[in-house]
Amino acid sequence: MSERREVAALEDISLSLVPGSFLTLLGPSGCGKSTLLRVIADIIVPTSGSVRVLGRSADEARRQREIGFVFQDSTLLPWRSAIDNVRLPLQVGGSVRPARRGRSPEELLALVGLAGWENSMPHELSGGMRQRVSIARALLGDPKILLMDEPFGALDEITRDRLNDELLDIWRQTGTTILFVTHSIHEAAYLGQQVLMMAARPGRVREIVPVDLPEPRELAMRDTGDFAALTGRLRRILETC
Amino acid sequence: MDAPADAARAAWLAAQNWLKWQRRILPLFGAASLLFAWWALVTYFEVKPFIAPAPQVVAQVLVQKSDILFANLVPTAIEALSGFALGNLAAILMATLFVHAKSIEMAFFPIVVLINSIPVVAKAPILVLLLGNGMAPKIAIAAVICFFPTLVNMVRGLEAVSPQALELMHVLSANKREVFFRLRLPTSIPFLFSALKIAASTAVVGAIVGEWIGSQEGIGALIIQATYAFDSALLYATVICGSTFSVAFFLVIRMIERLCVRWVPANHG
Repeated sequence: MSERREVAALEDISLSLVPGSFLTLLGPSGCGKSTLLRVIADIIVPTSGSVRVLGRSADEARRQREIGFVFQDSTLLPWRSAIDNVRLPLQVGGSVRPARRGRSPEELLALVGLAGWENSMPHELSGGMRQRVSIARALLGDPKILLMDEPFGALDEITRDRLNDELLDIWRQTGTTILFVTHSIHEAAYLGQQVLMMAARPGRVREIVPVDLPEPRELAMRDTGDFAALTGRLRRILETC
Repeated sequence: MDAPADAARAAWLAAQNWLKWQRRILPLFGAASLLFAWWALVTYFEVKPFIAPAPQVVAQVLVQKSDILFANLVPTAIEALSGFALGNLAAILMATLFVHAKSIEMAFFPIVVLINSIPVVAKAPILVLLLGNGMAPKIAIAAVICFFPTLVNMVRGLEAVSPQALELMHVLSANKREVFFRLRLPTSIPFLFSALKIAASTAVVGAIVGEWIGSQEGIGALIIQATYAFDSALLYATVICGSTFSVAFFLVIRMIERLCVRWVPANHG
């Protein structure tokens, strides 16, 4: 029988995100990528240490709706239509809900390419469309930071490639800051302006790799030597994590 | 567009139509053949009327004694419906309490399961002793029968919420009330209806069993009277009357379910 011991899930991490930047988070499974996102979003409260987000406590940042969260599963409420799912943030958290700001639910659905699908129920939508609805929901209220936890991990590769491009479009149009967790080296390299590599046990920042691919990104870039060199470098760093 | 494709489509439509008709006609055919077998057996073996009646005699009794049957169905229906309402309401409230106070659930849920395992016919005399001879014990028995399956299903339904959905509500700073009404309660509705559909038939069973023990009126009392009088035709007519009510009750609940639960893909029914 092994003794139970406590393992520090995360150790002394400080992230500085330039407003409007796109940072991808890459690391082996169990390195605490998802935990880090959940600590920032105040879903998990660390047992020791403190968290500061945008200069205030994580709790306060959550109450001010500074953070939008996209889960791996679209987490739509199946009894609500697409538009009513996007409206959910307007209907809960009443006492702490800040004044309405940013795009309307209708505009957000159009932004994610679902104009005309407002009244469709989740079970009538494909997996990719459901995930777009959940992105629209996370963008409601114009959050300063969008946290995305392997949002396309459960989708097929063709849908995933398309959504990668659409996410970049959405990011350029909204100017929001995105922190994107993935376990795909290609996705991390293609989406991010920087790739933050994490190492496990305890979870810590291993290296921040800048991505110097030309903007705007296009899928054809994945076939270039520059892209292969970048993913090769990321893979070699991962082997030491 | 072209002729062969049109012909193929027409043939396919005709086949679908035929299949639809088969689905409607074959059950009727099945029922008719069983009725015929019943009639043939009773006639061929000259079964005595006090052992088993012929189907046409039962039909006759259903028409001739419809006033007596209806007069006895009313109290049973009232007991079943009141028991259904009380038992399910209590179950929903207790499930809500259990979900919000885990320690209460841990203390009492095993006892609930234990009581649920006592057969109705054993519970019924206890309740008659407690509540006397009027409608109250029958309503109580119907309520008790509905209560346990609904409680178990409702607790499961309220807890069938995905962890991510709870995290989402937390990110949105939803309070407990909002999590309950916007997330847990809607999640539990399909679970609730599958319990209500069971309860619709068992509530009638509970009311009838309650009437077996010291009652002058009701479907249960009429069953006992007809049996002791060897009036098999009346017995069969009473049973048909009771089960028709029970099936109708079930269908009403299913109709309400279809109106309320539109989000579950229509692959079960």
